[in-house]
Amino acid sequence: MARSEILEHHAELPPVLASGPWRWMHRHFFSSVGQTFLTIVVAAITIRTLWFLLQWAVLDAVWVASGPQACRDAAGACWAVIVEKHRPILFGMYPYDQHWRLVLMIVIYLTTVIASLTPACWKRSILIPMWIAAVTAITVLMFGGVFGLPYVPTSEWGGLPLTIILFTGSVLFGMPIAVLLALGRRSPLPVARGLSVVFIESLRGVPLITILFVAVNIFPLFLPAGMEVNKLLRITLSIAVFFACYQAEVIRGGLQAIPRGQYEAAASLNMTYWQTTLRIILPQALRICLPAMTNHIIAAMKNTSFVIIIGLFDILTATTAVMQDPLWRQFYIEAYLFVALIYLVFGLALSMYARRVESWVAVGRI
Amino acid sequence: MSGVSKWYGTFKVLNEVSLEIQRGERVVVCGPSGSGKSTLIRCINRLEEHQKGDIYVKGIELNDSVKNIAAIRSSLGMVFQSFNLFPHLTVLENLTIGPTLVRHMKRKDAEERAMHFLRKVRIPEQAHKYPLQLSGGQQQRVAIARSLCMEPEIMLFDEPTSALDPEMIKEVLDTMIELAESGMTMIVVTHEMGFARTVADNVILMADGNIVERAEPGEFFSHPKHERTRTFLDQILKH
Ligand SMILES: Nc1ncnc2c1ncn2[C@@H]1O[C@H](COP(=O)(O)OP(=O)(O)OP(=O)(O)O)[C@@H](O)[C@H]1O
Ligand SMILES: [Mg+2]
Repeated sequence: MARSEILEHHAELPPVLASGPWRWMHRHFFSSVGQTFLTIVVAAITIRTLWFLLQWAVLDAVWVASGPQACRDAAGACWAVIVEKHRPILFGMYPYDQHWRLVLMIVIYLTTVIASLTPACWKRSILIPMWIAAVTAITVLMFGGVFGLPYVPTSEWGGLPLTIILFTGSVLFGMPIAVLLALGRRSPLPVARGLSVVFIESLRGVPLITILFVAVNIFPLFLPAGMEVNKLLRITLSIAVFFACYQAEVIRGGLQAIPRGQYEAAASLNMTYWQTTLRIILPQALRICLPAMTNHIIAAMKNTSFVIIIGLFDILTATTAVMQDPLWRQFYIEAYLFVALIYLVFGLALSMYARRVESWVAVGRI
Repeated sequence: MSGVSKWYGTFKVLNEVSLEIQRGERVVVCGPSGSGKSTLIRCINRLEEHQKGDIYVKGIELNDSVKNIAAIRSSLGMVFQSFNLFPHLTVLENLTIGPTLVRHMKRKDAEERAMHFLRKVRIPEQAHKYPLQLSGGQQQRVAIARSLCMEPEIMLFDEPTSALDPEMIKEVLDTMIELAESGMTMIVVTHEMGFARTVADNVILMADGNIVERAEPGEFFSHPKHERTRTFLDQILKH
């Protein structure tokens, strides 16, 4: 609403400058001899590479094959390996005849996430029931054991669903921890400040793999006998905490950018610390550090591969395992390209969405 | 307020300041830059902590007690030089956040009250814009309305017009004059001597953390008692 008012204000348009494709090309590619030379060289290399890729990936590629021999005879890519192996790559060691449950799980997950990212759904009355329903449905589908679904323990989970669960879990648990750590680090209370600093600095200084090792092998020794915390949950929380330590520093940067006057205005309205923090400071700070937060969220997506240390196979490690098959082993490049494409789709979607949110922030829509 | 002192590090900003202000009184505080004017009024609502002396607002002592601070702040409104509106909230939300969050008012009632005060400061049509889409003068009037929505008994102003262009100064001063006419107790730090002359019951001159002179405006401008006041007025009125 506010935006359209502004636009109407400036109904007169600026004069259109002389333009057109030739002028644009000239300006950007052929404005001098040196630049023209450079343009031609780069264009030649690009065309040569694209031609090679086209030949390898499309023209000479084998799309369907009864066996690996057809691929060995061809000069191009062997996409048949993906047709052959897509099930264990995508779903890991989950029982083969139950894979439909995972497909359903992914559909529910994507629907929920896409809905949650749409501003029209940003109401407590929609988000809370939706997430409760989604988490319940996904838990039932993944574990089974009810409604006639066979029980599948976490030790048999794998592939894309595992990647999704680890990633979502670590971001959902990690963000609140990150916010608390960032607030703690700037807290007026020395105890909160000290704890946050020690926590952040000690965990950031250690490789993730070490933290996971402690969570898996050493942490259980401290638990009372008979008590057990699910390994997958431990891994998720460890990745979450590691993610939170980095994210906390980003959020702290955002907090530092909020002028003192905002705190003073809130104080003079008699708002409490938590009211000021939750309603005035954090909404502004998180908007400021959105681009940097997106960075760490995308990085967290790739940390999920560390589950290999408890013998679980996320989509990347599942691929490594699957490609041990001596018949198909030589076509690992195609398999990894397939996985890379999946990561790319998720990563691009995330960063495009983040950019959209930034533009909403810029025009004051959120 | 009696014998109030405040230090920033080893630098003494307020030097045993004593000051009494009656209900309904309008006091203008002026003085050279760095004389401690802002510090003085910021001490009254605990944005700064005084280290010596006593401050009482409506008989409540301002000390470390959170309860007392909250009680005192709830009867005080504050307007800042740099407006300090919340940029992520619309004008209307800026006005309702205090009443709904702190006073637990119903959203609808809070919005009604907000629109009432927006009409008072004559910008009801801006309710759904964001602060940064308004002119400085409009922003400052929103800030005044935001304070009024908390129904304060005393309003503190810290150079409310010194960040504004001349045309906008007038609209803000007009709003403040109307507020004064409604009987509000006001403490105003400003260099607008015209405002002081017409509105103030008392004008105070501060210099180096001391109250040098306190007099009625007629007295203050025509027969200042102190040399310091005279040089200050000379400087200010020359422009
Ligand atoms: N947070 C602070 N830390 C250290 N010194 C400060 C701080 N705030 C203010 N001062 C110093 O205290 C003195 C009084 O400041 P104050 O803001 O009260 O002056 P003022 O009379 O309001 O001046 P102005 O007209 O410039 O606003 C100044 O010398 C200033 O440099
Ligand atoms: Mg000042």
